[in-house]
Amino acid sequence: MPGPMSLQAPDVDALARRTRARQRREALLTHASLVVGVLIFAFPIYLTLIGSTHDVNTIGRGDVPLLPGGEAMANYSQAWSAGGGRYMGVPAAGMLLNSLVMALLITLGKIAISLTSAYAVVFFRFPFRMLAFWLIFITLMLPVEVRIIPTFQVMVDLKLTNSMAGLTVPLIASATATLLFRQFFLTIPDEYVEAAKIDGAGPLRFFKDVVLPLSVTNIAALFVILFIYGWNQYLWPLLIVNDRSLETIVVGLTKMIGGGDAQNEWNVIMATAVFALLPPVAVVVLMQRWFVKGLTETEK
Amino acid sequence: MEKKVIFKGWALPLALLLPQLVITGIFFFWPAGQAVYQSFLREDAFGLSRQFVGFENFADVLSDPTWLDALWRTGFFSASVAFLALSVALFLAVQADKHIRGANAYKTLLIWPYAVAPAIAAVLWLFMFHPNIGLFGRMLNGMGIPWNYKLNGDQAMLLIILASAWKQVSYNFIFFLAGLQSIPRSVLEAAAIDGARPARRFWTVVFPLLSPTAFFLLVVNLVYAFFDTFGVIHALTQGGPGKATETLIYRVYTDGVMNLNLGSSAAQSVILMILVIALTMVQFRFIERKVHY
Repeated sequence: MPGPMSLQAPDVDALARRTRARQRREALLTHASLVVGVLIFAFPIYLTLIGSTHDVNTIGRGDVPLLPGGEAMANYSQAWSAGGGRYMGVPAAGMLLNSLVMALLITLGKIAISLTSAYAVVFFRFPFRMLAFWLIFITLMLPVEVRIIPTFQVMVDLKLTNSMAGLTVPLIASATATLLFRQFFLTIPDEYVEAAKIDGAGPLRFFKDVVLPLSVTNIAALFVILFIYGWNQYLWPLLIVNDRSLETIVVGLTKMIGGGDAQNEWNVIMATAVFALLPPVAVVVLMQRWFVKGLTETEK
Repeated sequence: MEKKVIFKGWALPLALLLPQLVITGIFFFWPAGQAVYQSFLREDAFGLSRQFVGFENFADVLSDPTWLDALWRTGFFSASVAFLALSVALFLAVQADKHIRGANAYKTLLIWPYAVAPAIAAVLWLFMFHPNIGLFGRMLNGMGIPWNYKLNGDQAMLLIILASAWKQVSYNFIFFLAGLQSIPRSVLEAAAIDGARPARRFWTVVFPLLSPTAFFLLVVNLVYAFFDTFGVIHALTQGGPGKATETLIYRVYTDGVMNLNLGSSAAQSVILMILVIALTMVQFRFIERKVHY
């Protein structure tokens, strides 16, 4: 009697073959989608790299090449030491240094004052403790963008415009970093504090010998995110600095473009863009593990 | 949650908090207060005298047709950026979550754009879509499609949407991937054994479980499109041509920094502050809910 069972039994091999074929097709489709995705993100960078290896006329004519040219050394050295653009070129070397100092000061400053604030809020009881915590927390809701003019006036009154201090100090307050450290400190077992007290260690000793070593991974994770944040600042340096010796590379690069004329020295601009991209991309790629952890944990 | 075992004293914790409090006081609360205060004042053209005008600045802003245009434009821009950045990221995250060879390499190659500043993303896109020197800009013109984002407002808008979304995909990708990886395999296997095809498994099992992440990302992306895209617009179109790409933030900047119209700029700032506070509260209400579930 030809029932469904007897029909299927001999087909097992064929079924397995079909399944394998389907799985191969699906894997191929997955790879294809991911490759397209990767290309969408890599292509603009590829074109920038190509643009930075040709002479100014090749690009200016509009014959955008797809393969590298031979002018890389000339373009990068001009960008590095002289700058490009028909208006007051600023050498990339100086701008990179400014960006690096700014990003590092913001990052280390944020980590330092957030560590101490979170420590104070978690390990002590004192009047207005929660008020202080909320005051820090509320700054999440006051990004620079919504208080541009009055903040600028404060900077002028304090004579902080056109200074590295002006670029960095106001950005050092950090609600997110304080929140992250607070969450983490709350998971440190009470027994540790008790043990420290029995051993006669004071709060500063406990901070230095127990809390800091335990926080290393969190600090590394935050470092990546905050470094990117600092490096990529745009509106703030644009407002605070007009002294070109303090120009950061991100703002300096867009100033080189101006209105985007075809006659710009695009080859040098593209070389400068590569300089501006390299440090933050390197930090993200090299510290990928901490970065992903930090991102998904701070913003939870 | 509170700690039971604590250290005594109040001078030390206060000293530890002081740097953060001083900075937030001087650079956050004082200017924010000033913005509110100035939003009720009007200065004469020479900045010599000020007078209290009540809600007049707000009334002027809210009834200004060009401001309302900017509001609508910002809404359209932000919704487009969020939709594009979220859907592309979700698609790529679903692909990268599958068991395939080289999954980690794909992940690295998809997350690095997080490091690109919005203004630099704008420069990269400008170089591709410049009407005279850009590869794609020239290609479009060569195919008989007149392309010039410096003259055509719709094209300018399209370009800032693409550049802004391009930069944000990697952020969303990281969160979607983390969300996908936290879905238990057993749930998916159960659905597969029940005979649900992959598409059905995605929409009835995976997507509902991802919705908290998606909602969180939606808020983050809207905030990004509202505030952080200033760099994209400033580098690419400067709000132009005309006012075709002028968003609310860009307008606060032009009114305050370029036109020195302090009262109006302050009123606009206060309106934006209310908006940020509303968005942040939505976000935190959602987080509270997630904690319970």
